[in-house]
Amino acid sequence: MFYRENGQFKTSYAADSQILPIRQDRIGMALLLGVAFVVVPLLSSEYLLRAILIPFLILSLAALGLNVLVGYCGQISLGSGAFMAVGAYVAYNCQARVEGMPLIVALLAGGLGATVLGVAFGLPSLRIKGLYLAVATLAAQFFVDWACLRLKWVTNDSTSGSVGIAHLDVAGFSVESPAARYLLCLGFVVVFALATKNLVRGHIGRSWMAMRDMDVAAAVIGIRPMQAKLSAFAVSSFIIGVAGALWGFVHLGSWEPAAFGINRSFDLLFMVIIGGLGSISGAFFGAAFIVVLPLVLDKLPYWTGLPMDTATASHLALMIFGALIVFFLIKEPHGLARLWATAKEKLRLWPFPH
Amino acid sequence: MKTFIACAALAALQLFSPVAQAEAAKEQFFPLLVYRTGPYSPNGTPWANGKQDYIKLINARDGGINGVKLSYEECETGYATDKGVECYERLKGKGASLFDPQATGITFALTDKVPGDKIPLITLGYGLSASADGGVFAWNFPLMGSYWTAADVLIQHLGKKEGGLDKLKGKKIALVYHDSPFGKEPIPLLDERQKMHGFELIKIPVTAPGVEQKSAWLQVRQARPDYVLLWGWGVMNSTALKEAQATGYPREKMYGVWWSGAEPDVKDVGEGAKGYNALNLNTSGQSPKVIQDILKYVHGKGQGTGPRDEVGSVLYTRGLVIQALAVEAVRRAQERFGKGKVMTGEQVRWGLENLALDDKKLGSLGLTGVIRPISTSCTDHQGSTWVRVHTWDGKQWAFSSDWYQADEQILKPMVKAAADKYAGEKKITRRTPAECQS
Amino acid sequence: MGPFLETLIGGLMSGMLYSLIALGFVLIFKASGVFNFAQGAMVLFAALAMARFAEWLPALTGLDGKLVVNALAFVGALAVMVVVAWLVERLALSRLVNQEGITLLMATLGIAYLLEGAGQMLFGNDIYKIDIGLPKDPMFLFEQTFEGGVLVSKEDLYAALIAAALVAGLSLFFQKTAIGRALRAVADDHQAAQSIGIPLSRIWVIVWSVAGFVALVAGMIWGSKLGVQFSLSLVALKALPVVILGGLTSVPGAIVGGLLIGVGEKLSEAYLGPALGGGIEYWFGYVLVLVVLLVRPQGLFGEKIIDRV
Repeated sequence: MFYRENGQFKTSYAADSQILPIRQDRIGMALLLGVAFVVVPLLSSEYLLRAILIPFLILSLAALGLNVLVGYCGQISLGSGAFMAVGAYVAYNCQARVEGMPLIVALLAGGLGATVLGVAFGLPSLRIKGLYLAVATLAAQFFVDWACLRLKWVTNDSTSGSVGIAHLDVAGFSVESPAARYLLCLGFVVVFALATKNLVRGHIGRSWMAMRDMDVAAAVIGIRPMQAKLSAFAVSSFIIGVAGALWGFVHLGSWEPAAFGINRSFDLLFMVIIGGLGSISGAFFGAAFIVVLPLVLDKLPYWTGLPMDTATASHLALMIFGALIVFFLIKEPHGLARLWATAKEKLRLWPFPH
Repeated sequence: MKTFIACAALAALQLFSPVAQAEAAKEQFFPLLVYRTGPYSPNGTPWANGKQDYIKLINARDGGINGVKLSYEECETGYATDKGVECYERLKGKGASLFDPQATGITFALTDKVPGDKIPLITLGYGLSASADGGVFAWNFPLMGSYWTAADVLIQHLGKKEGGLDKLKGKKIALVYHDSPFGKEPIPLLDERQKMHGFELIKIPVTAPGVEQKSAWLQVRQARPDYVLLWGWGVMNSTALKEAQATGYPREKMYGVWWSGAEPDVKDVGEGAKGYNALNLNTSGQSPKVIQDILKYVHGKGQGTGPRDEVGSVLYTRGLVIQALAVEAVRRAQERFGKGKVMTGEQVRWGLENLALDDKKLGSLGLTGVIRPISTSCTDHQGSTWVRVHTWDGKQWAFSSDWYQADEQILKPMVKAAADKYAGEKKITRRTPAECQS
Repeated sequence: MGPFLETLIGGLMSGMLYSLIALGFVLIFKASGVFNFAQGAMVLFAALAMARFAEWLPALTGLDGKLVVNALAFVGALAVMVVVAWLVERLALSRLVNQEGITLLMATLGIAYLLEGAGQMLFGNDIYKIDIGLPKDPMFLFEQTFEGGVLVSKEDLYAALIAAALVAGLSLFFQKTAIGRALRAVADDHQAAQSIGIPLSRIWVIVWSVAGFVALVAGMIWGSKLGVQFSLSLVALKALPVVILGGLTSVPGAIVGGLLIGVGEKLSEAYLGPALGGGIEYWFGYVLVLVVLLVRPQGLFGEKIIDRV
């Protein structure tokens, strides 16, 4: 009844090929952005901002990057933690070694650093496919783990091997309060989401999807595998690198290499798969699932009223987490984004059944 | 499916409900960051149990601190930095007195946050060695020792064994360390001592969490060092001892830091670890009075946190000591800011900076023989560096050396230099004496 | 020369131990096309079961004697693994039959978390001992020729022999028995196998049980070496390069891959490590695999991937 295209006529090509063709969608998105930019920072508690929303935003950015690689281009990568680490350390070095480096520039430089690594470790994808590639990307993960600990110039000769960020500010505005940090992350996420959405709708995105579906056939019709795969690696690692830099600068403040270990890589892959491969909104759904769920699960055992120690509660949380992942994969292998899309389809007919 | 979504929505809503101030006005709240799961849990669990039992003891035996009861809440971090940060954010709003992160990684992350939130961090025997300098690290308290003091004492002890520090010249000392900031901390001090005494330092990193150490120990065997210093945590310690046995390196020549010398590290190696030495900041065993009190007032009433035979073990006692120092800091703060009132983080910090526990006071707490007197100040957040060496005889630990203190001649300049460097990077100005009085 | 031999032998032994774990991966992939990321968790679960049963049995039944207790604990743990295999097949695998590889991979990761949590909740998360009587002290060979002798760890030697026996047994199982043939048929083509009457779900339960058995043996040996504790599941990460190097579908490949990775790791750590500061072992195996894959994208013994357009 409400969610219909009735009466909405497109009178130009531009209108026809816009990202959100249905007016209700546009209104919904405007409302969502309004709430996100204005309402949330005003009304949220510090805990909500610092411990839930900021990690959610940064991880959804990273999941977005990984979705480009895994969802749109079909290259399984288990080394995303390494790209986050490189992004964070390059950004840190830019900020620490260059006096007066603007924050945004440092973060983007982190992304560029990750791009270089991404392309380097993406070269094997031209020969290696599928699960073999997944394990090859683990080489990136472990190598970067080691390099961050061993190579002194990575940590700017820090004696302890751990690095930390001084005061954050953007063009003179201090970014220390939770609300300011939240808005910084939100800004990055919105810009990157829009850019990525447009990338995947364009010819580059189509070449990625062609490579994913059937790379031999794509090569036959003239899509160059090297350009397609390497551009996917480059874009993906850029986004993941920026996310890593944000994670280190904005969320943690001070970190050691273990913060970007293999568990982070697995988390990102979970987000992408559960959120939905090959969809932009999927990155957000997946990130919300993975960020919020463990927090809820940690509290869950206590609601049953039984006396329980933290160890048992953690184990129970881990078990339920694993079970829910399997459950979701069984119920909807295409992820939460598909569930959402199905819901929207049903909404178009509502209140009619068919 | 619909019920599932409804339940999930309800659960999520709970998460966003405002954090309830749990009777904060009436009770002194201690957030307990612990890890009872993951690769470091065998060592983290007794530590956490010691902390919790001591809080229960103070409530049961003394009725709190001058009538103010203590409350606590545990939060599982699994030794992961981001979970530690989340726990911190969640618990700081409940009126936290102080935090003991139990992990070096989490310490680094929280060191940045506590100045803004005005909550002190106790990092007894771990954390940043430079944080002993209270002028720069206003909110960190590496009480009773840091990795630099530990490394220093070990070299002193080895020197004593050889018959003089000058006899160390030409000897080989290998450092088998956990490849992380925790393991790398002692290296600057060992380098400094190496320059002074002329021994050869061989650094052998072990990738975290240290499950597979065959290469490291084959290297040790081929280098044939005179001594091996073990700097590990969790399962790395017992694996190291097993590999030492498998490669035939004499355990008597191995010396561990105080985080590598507890029961979980040697129990399942048993006789194979006989002769292994480690530093110990506190005693172990069930004879100290405070342990007896815990057995009577807490375990005796069925309120014990862990198993009864764990009470008095090395890490349990260490956790207990951490909590005891925290309670004493609150008590000291109450002396200045109001007896019988709940103390804020800032007030607790003053208490931590003005600790003066002599033998008499320790005796009244039941801690005679457990630790040595400790007194802190605004610029000295460490308080004491007394430590001894104990040795495993196959069944239990026994002290095998006198008390040592770290050599301040070497440490003071190093700590100041490192603190100044940190202050420069983070744009912190050193505290003035006037600020110390607040 | 002495140190080199020591490192070489140490590497060979390590490699055999890795291939013990790699075998589990290969078995499951060979028979059901699923890359079982839960193998590490299975090793942990099996080892925990055996360690705790060995502890509880004397208390419950008053039995003594290491051999009897260990044997019963082994059987008990095996029964537990069969139950786990049945549950995994019934509740997860059968419903994910035609999904893409990556979905199945993620499902096994979910199962890994489930097993880790369940194992620690049921059996506890302290360090537990498995004592099957393997000697802990080393032996020194050729003490006349080389100074100090060449170190060979007796425990590792026994472990290597057990691993070799296991591989021989599995190869015989696949080649000679009817079930083995059925497993190979299922690995080749699910639909064809079904069409000639091979019951797919039963075969999968059998495969996962055999993988569980392999996990139990691996867990027993690694547990005896390292102590049974959560980190045991992380040893699987060291076995992954072995699986890939040998090829995902080859049992002898797992052994050859294991030996190569073991030797490569230890030699690199000993000779390349000092130049780079040490600690390179972890990633060297993976980089070695990467290089080999560039030359042979399906691993040393794996089946060539044929893409049809």
